[in-house]
Amino acid sequence: MTFINYASKEINCKIVFYGPGLCGKTTNLQYIYNKTAPESKGKMISLATEADRTLFFDFLPLDLGSIRGFTTRFHLYTVPGQVFYDASRKLILKGVDGVVFVADSQEERMEANIESIRNLEQNLKEHGFDLATIPYALQFNKRDLPSVVPVEEMYRTLNYKREPTFEAVATTGVGVFDTLKSVAKQILIELKKR
Amino acid sequence: MCAADFVLYEEEFKHLEEALRRLRQEANAKAVFLIDKNGQQIASAGETEQFDTTSLASLTAGNVAATDGLAKLIGEREFSVLFHEGQQDHIHISIVAKRAILVVIFDDRSSLGLVRLRVKRASVELEKIFEVMMQKGERGAQGSIHASPFSEITDDDIDALFGE
Ligand SMILES: Nc1nc2c(ncn2[C@@H]2O[C@H](COP(=O)(O)OP(=O)(O)OP(=O)(O)O)[C@@H](O)[C@H]2O)c(=O)[nH]1
Ligand SMILES: [Mg+2]
Repeated sequence: MTFINYASKEINCKIVFYGPGLCGKTTNLQYIYNKTAPESKGKMISLATEADRTLFFDFLPLDLGSIRGFTTRFHLYTVPGQVFYDASRKLILKGVDGVVFVADSQEERMEANIESIRNLEQNLKEHGFDLATIPYALQFNKRDLPSVVPVEEMYRTLNYKREPTFEAVATTGVGVFDTLKSVAKQILIELKKR
Repeated sequence: MCAADFVLYEEEFKHLEEALRRLRQEANAKAVFLIDKNGQQIASAGETEQFDTTSLASLTAGNVAATDGLAKLIGEREFSVLFHEGQQDHIHISIVAKRAILVVIFDDRSSLGLVRLRVKRASVELEKIFEVMMQKGERGAQGSIHASPFSEITDDDIDALFGE
């Protein structure tokens, strides 16, 4: 649900990074935070456990400049990926405009990826959204590791609707901004249609 | 597919700000904020510079969302008020018009009783403004108020945003 403020000439959009535990959602946000100029970002908030697992959410406000005189702001959130945090995941999806699914490329995480996409589909539905129509990008993360599944095979298993797909290494930033741009573009194009 | 966009026009924005200013004054509060349930700030009044308002909005919305979840869990519809008491500053959080969150930050120059009383009164006023906003939003969606500034954005506009 985009928030359009004609008084202050701002549009605010919400992007949620979804995916199984330890797939690299928080790492994506940290990289974006580190590479964004100070004047274009707010504080990054991480509500995490002592072991650095996301407990409730990470939050990063980004100010990307203006379109047609409107300041365009993206609020990035991550969900906690661990299975038992499902109630929190649902809450974060409220009012979402676009989703990035971060998949873990390691062979042993394929089941977890599939399960998490199913969970995303279900939780979106509960908010009245449809994964088939919402702006969406798919990221194959951790491409630097030895035990990765070939990209074609991952695509066959995980692609939902021929969404834009990106190979990434979130720790070094490979593919991170391309993924973000893709979903941001889809959101703005969606706005244009309305 | 998506829930309707949340559209705020100049006129209602001014009314909201006025209502918040009055509330801040009458409640003797440091600052008041009106926040969308999704974590975006709508309007504010008072000593807002001393707070990181974007973080405040997102954390408040998270707090309310978690509390709503708790309420459902024990079979309540919602907890309508949250209050956090600090050493010096206190924070009073309530829901307005089902979709917005009203936050009042105050210290010992005020009191919980006074804040409660003034919030109740201000909520009635805010709800009326929201009603007008919703009506306008619906008419706006049919294109009778503003032509959307986004109907004409181009791929170049979008690329420029990412400094390409
Ligand atoms: N080798 C490698 N490690 C990565 C990559 N991306 C993330 N990691 C590591 O994976 C671990 C988990 O990353 P997080 O970003 O915390 O994972 P998360 O998805 O936020 O996990 P939850 O908060 O539990 O849902 C960290 O140790 C990261 O450094 C990557 O591309 N390659
Ligand atoms: Mg995390």
